[in-house]
Amino acid sequence: MQIHIPTPLRQYTGKQATVHVSARTVAEALAGLTSQFPELRKHLYTEDGKLRAFVNIYRNDEDIRYIDGKENAPVNDSDSLSIIPSIAGGAPVAETTAANALTPEEMARYSRHLILPEVGEAGQLKLKNGRVLCIGAGGLGAPLTMYLAAAGLGTLGIVDFDVVEASNLHRQVIHGTGDIGRPKLDSAEDSLKAINPNVKIVKFETKLTSENALRIFKDFDIVADGTDNFPTRYLVNDACVLSGIPNVYASIYRFEGQASVFGAPDGPCYRCLYPEPPPPGLVPSCAEGGVLGILPGLLGMIQATETIKLILGEGEPLIGRLLLVDTLAMRFRELKLHKNADCPVCGSHPTVTKLIDYAEFCGIPAKSTVPASEINGVPQMEVGELKRRMDAGENVFVLDVREPFEFSIAQIGGHLIPLNDLPQRVRELDPNRETVVHCKVGGRSQRAAEFLAQRGFKKVHNLAGGIAAWSEKIDPSVPKY
Amino acid sequence: MQALRMDQTQYDMIRRHGEETFPHECCGVLLGHAEEAANVVVDAIRAGNIRTDSAHNRYQIAPQELIRIQREARQRGLDIVGFYHSHPDHPAQWSKTDLAEAHWFGCSYVITSVVGLQNTGGAGTARCRATDTNAFLLTGTVEEDKRLDAQPMEVTATVSA
Repeated sequence: MQIHIPTPLRQYTGKQATVHVSARTVAEALAGLTSQFPELRKHLYTEDGKLRAFVNIYRNDEDIRYIDGKENAPVNDSDSLSIIPSIAGGAPVAETTAANALTPEEMARYSRHLILPEVGEAGQLKLKNGRVLCIGAGGLGAPLTMYLAAAGLGTLGIVDFDVVEASNLHRQVIHGTGDIGRPKLDSAEDSLKAINPNVKIVKFETKLTSENALRIFKDFDIVADGTDNFPTRYLVNDACVLSGIPNVYASIYRFEGQASVFGAPDGPCYRCLYPEPPPPGLVPSCAEGGVLGILPGLLGMIQATETIKLILGEGEPLIGRLLLVDTLAMRFRELKLHKNADCPVCGSHPTVTKLIDYAEFCGIPAKSTVPASEINGVPQMEVGELKRRMDAGENVFVLDVREPFEFSIAQIGGHLIPLNDLPQRVRELDPNRETVVHCKVGGRSQRAAEFLAQRGFKKVHNLAGGIAAWSEKIDPSVPKY
Repeated sequence: MQALRMDQTQYDMIRRHGEETFPHECCGVLLGHAEEAANVVVDAIRAGNIRTDSAHNRYQIAPQELIRIQREARQRGLDIVGFYHSHPDHPAQWSKTDLAEAHWFGCSYVITSVVGLQNTGGAGTARCRATDTNAFLLTGTVEEDKRLDAQPMEVTATVSA
């Protein structure tokens, strides 16, 4: 059989490109080769007789590593062996080679930083070597990432799998009108690169889960949490504590915000502050509760500031401090936060040593594709069914529990009693009449329906999906808001 | 030492390959003959980069692909005289990784630097440009004493066949 000799080894085989041997296995063939040409041995084998890692042996077109028997795989006279040293290489890995100088372009760009004693060239280099992961390219993530990029952060990772929608634009200034429909990561990358092409953007177009969080966090020094839901907040917190990196946190609700730095070595974590998540549905999302567009702008900037302070090692970070921001009154207050020695995640005897099922922790039932027909004893009605009954002239009373301003934007002819007024005005309603309660997406109306059911209303239904579903499926002329 | 000689067409093709795969590293095989005064490249064959996990700063040619290329080379009476790859946004100099992974003694390793261009977009505007192309000869006899020495490159005008 033939053995094909690669160019670099031909000097040891008397310049022959092909050598003939008789053998029944690969190992025998190679042994035959090296006994004919002993100088080959040290090029093919290590001192303890193993094939060198970069030496690939192919029997015809198959790598012997993947053939049964490997080196003891059989060969016959019509087979040929090829010896192929690896061909590989590459540029130095950016992450492990620390930047130790600024380019002239960077000196010009960051000059206003360089002349600050607290920053200087040394501080700017710390920023250049910094690696920050931002969870979310939305309301908080937008200002956060834009200012970190502008400041000269070296590596910026972003986790988001969402798509830009019109309702994002009043606050997520990293996205523009032309980006509607694009993945948020792509839109964010374009904006950030335009601000500062020196930043390395690492995109993670995925949902952050217990399966991937630790692996993703591994390559970063700081996490900035721009999440919009509780399960992910707890996941980010726990993953930061387990990874030993700080979590620059902020949250917003309507006109108020909070900010802190969790997960610092001697500082508290999110669970020290909020050991248990709120019951699902209690705290509305931005879609349900609304948010003043500028609010996440302000809080995201606070996060960016804290992140930069942590990297530079300057100033007093919000460790052990909860900053409370009330934008309507424009008042800033602070609460002291203490590390809870019994915290299950960051305490002295932690019980949470790996990531859990956070949806379950927050009481959110696993999503099922079949819509529930009943929740907490209240029958759910699909919008199609309500339409059918209304068209058939059935005696259905539609109760709308939204706010008056929502009613003035869009309504389907329901009787308006805002949710908070329901207890005082329940006497306006007939407990024996077929009643369908609706709100915007179905959360508030569910609570209203449960309340009515407790008061003895026997025929109460919740309109699943609310007026949003009605607009989507029945009558698109009903405005979405 | 011997120079590496190739004609303009091959030189341009190697560089263009790097521009096409930017921001990933491109790679390929140089076929030709070792002559008295120089290693002469007769053909440059594109190969696939199997380091898809880190293609912006790593390359590897699948051994299987190399077997195919070698077979083709044998049929054409050519030898493997070297390899080429690109460094996106990085100088055309060999790195520690390049040296660690180089095992084809006596072969040339050709590296092209491809820089990304910041432009305002628009169809047709170039997004990158190949700058320097340098050749390095893998010298030495064993892994322990190998080095990549800068090798002079001679690019000749293309002779029409």
